[in-house]
Amino acid sequence: MAAARTILALAVSLAAPALAQEQETPAPPMNKWSFAGPFGKYDRAQLQRGLKVYREVCQVCHGLKLVAFRTLADPGGPGFTIAQATAIAAEYQVKGEPDDQGEVKDRPGRLADVFPTPFPNDQAARARYNAVPPDLSVIAKARGYERGFPRWVGDIFTQYQEQGVDYLTALLHGYRDSPPAGVTLPPGNFYNEYFPGHAIAMPPPLTDKRVDYTDGAPMTVEQYAKDISAFLMWTAEPHLEARKRVGMQVFIFLIVLAGLLYFTKKKVWHEVELHPEKLKPRPPSEYPRA
Amino acid sequence: MSGHPTYQPQSAFMRWMERRLPIGGLIYSSFVVYPTPRNLNYWWTFGGILAFMLGVQIVTGVVLAMHYTPQVDFAFDSVERIMRDVNYGWLLRYLHATGASMFFLAAYIHMFRGMYYGSYKDPREVLWILGVILLLLMIITGFMGYVLPWGQMSFWAATVITNLFSAIPLVGEPIVTWLWGGYAVGNPTLNRFYSLHYLLPFVIVGVVVLHIWALHVAGQNNPTGVEPKSEEDTVAFTPYATIKDSFLLAVFCILFAWFVFYIPNFLLAPDNYIPANPAVTPTHIVPEWYYLPFYAILRAIPNKLFGVMALGASILILAFLPWLDTSKVRSARYRPLYRQFFWVFVIVCVGLGWLGGKPPEGNYVLIARIFTVYYFAFFLVILPVLGKVERTKPLPNSISESVLREGKPIGAQAPPPAGAKV
Ligand code: HEC
Ligand code: HEM
Repeated sequence: MAAARTILALAVSLAAPALAQEQETPAPPMNKWSFAGPFGKYDRAQLQRGLKVYREVCQVCHGLKLVAFRTLADPGGPGFTIAQATAIAAEYQVKGEPDDQGEVKDRPGRLADVFPTPFPNDQAARARYNAVPPDLSVIAKARGYERGFPRWVGDIFTQYQEQGVDYLTALLHGYRDSPPAGVTLPPGNFYNEYFPGHAIAMPPPLTDKRVDYTDGAPMTVEQYAKDISAFLMWTAEPHLEARKRVGMQVFIFLIVLAGLLYFTKKKVWHEVELHPEKLKPRPPSEYPRA
Repeated sequence: MSGHPTYQPQSAFMRWMERRLPIGGLIYSSFVVYPTPRNLNYWWTFGGILAFMLGVQIVTGVVLAMHYTPQVDFAFDSVERIMRDVNYGWLLRYLHATGASMFFLAAYIHMFRGMYYGSYKDPREVLWILGVILLLLMIITGFMGYVLPWGQMSFWAATVITNLFSAIPLVGEPIVTWLWGGYAVGNPTLNRFYSLHYLLPFVIVGVVVLHIWALHVAGQNNPTGVEPKSEEDTVAFTPYATIKDSFLLAVFCILFAWFVFYIPNFLLAPDNYIPANPAVTPTHIVPEWYYLPFYAILRAIPNKLFGVMALGASILILAFLPWLDTSKVRSARYRPLYRQFFWVFVIVCVGLGWLGGKPPEGNYVLIARIFTVYYFAFFLVILPVLGKVERTKPLPNSISESVLREGKPIGAQAPPPAGAKV
């Protein structure tokens, strides 16, 4: 054991300077999310506000090609009615099916369609913005940040799974008007504290009062950032609520089952384990040779 | 071990069957009256857990395969559709992806158990080697499965790992081209990986059958490492082992469920939610956690060819363990020195796992090298020498005696095994 301790101490002391080098981009602040933890649920109003921000700001540049309009009315989502979802779909023009003459025309969107992608291809997007705005459907799961030891171990117990949304929120209000002294940005780039490398091609998308909220929520960059991030969490994990609900049922079942099995095991092993004296030890002379 | 009751078919049908295909008798003798040492602890339940996990992977995998599309343009989206549009598709996919991790976790515990209690020694060498083959098959299967969702990590892991073969002199490059089915990782690669990912689990099932067969020939080892000598040393598989296995399996499922339902993406790299893009290399290409120790060994060695050889050797060396360990005493309970080296070995393996996830620079490389040296020295130097010099503690006469007096021998001591130094 002493040897094991020495090895451990040696490894830790050697690693310390290497660990210190890793803190370049600050870790995004952790927010309180309604969908965090074992009983987490989306805040319907927040998802609806998030969709509004997406539709009024982000969709010019970013698509949501995995999200069908019908899912806006799915349980565990933003809670629109079928009629509302149909109306939202109809506001979009999507590529239609070939008609009798073989011509393809745009038509209004239907429930089964997905949110259209703004650029016909990556090249068109890059020509316009120096970089390709990624599709946002699963972006909340496709981003994260190094938690570092020992925090990542704690995350197993605290169920912290919100690295992605916390990063998105930080990114959206992490813009600085000018880069710190000594840093020059490539043309067409902006300084963002939380973006890896700091030079991001996305112009600051949010400003105060940019999107009108009708439910009294503050119309600030901070609030917009949180709402759109929560919405993007939903697009990435549309079944999060069902998952956590089923999880709790499975959990209770398994704990009861394990408890019952434990007591059954105790009963079955009672004779063998608790009363070893009932076994007759034999004198060593009687042992069979191995 | 002799004289346990034989199978008496209870129904007319089973009597009819037994004269034609004695499967009832086989099950009865293997899983009901089969004698197991009475002193097995919970570390012995992981074999059953592994069998359960293999079942989980196959059942969830077969259903996933009904919805998955092995084509580079659709693979990523098809996995996402499974998560969104297939009934309980999110559950299937998270069970399968997390299940692979749980499978490896159980396998590693199972192997460390075998190493601690000397379960690989005579007469269980073949049983152990079959286990090493299973590990190898799992590694290959898991790697190919990881490629299927066709995210950034899938693509780049496939590129990096297949490229390792290019280190082989002369034939390296042609082999890589042959593996890819082209000049880069692409659609043919995805297709063949899918085919093999579907096939190999059934090969694993076959090897598991051999593994259990070998187990039932040699019998189980136990924490004392002393073979059962009489009826008193054993209990029947059912109900004793079955109930104990079931209890720990339920506890293991609680852990599994925790990951599946609450932190399903904890073990998945965020980069794998970015569709594969051959034009963009991720900053850190990191394999799944269960490959990290091997990955660390690979990168600890500056020369590519030797790194690849060390990687292969780190797994293959396990197959030679029964002959590298020269001690006649099985259990680390009675090997005070081996026990120390064993725990250092465990720390080194976990440490290598941690280093495998770090960028290969600075002190990380240095520590990885020290640990790699220990990893190999453990097998090639420490174990062979230790068997010759270590003073082992007296063994109990029998399992029941060790249970009676908490391991302290009563009366005379058992004769030391031939060749052991006492
Ligand atoms: C004017 C076009 C434009 C608008 C509007 C816009 N973006 Fe972007 N976005 C971009 C571009 C271009 C990039 C690629 C940046 C890069 O790679 O440097 C990007 C990248 C991103 C990223 C990825 C950052 C990363 O870590 O790689 C996120 C997340 C994102 N945008 C979210 C949003 C959200 C949310 C909104 C709406 C509030 C929005 N964007 C509005 C153009 C836009
Ligand atoms: C030996 C047991 C198995 C192991 C260790 C294993 C491992 C894996 C892993 C690690 C993934 C990637 C998960 C992800 O990131 O999404 C995967 C995916 C997949 N596996 Fe398996 N698997 C096993 C058995 C099977 C079987 C038997 C089948 C089918 C018959 C199967 C079908 C699939 C399919 C279709 C995918 C892609 C879908 C997805 O990514 O979730 N697997 N597997």
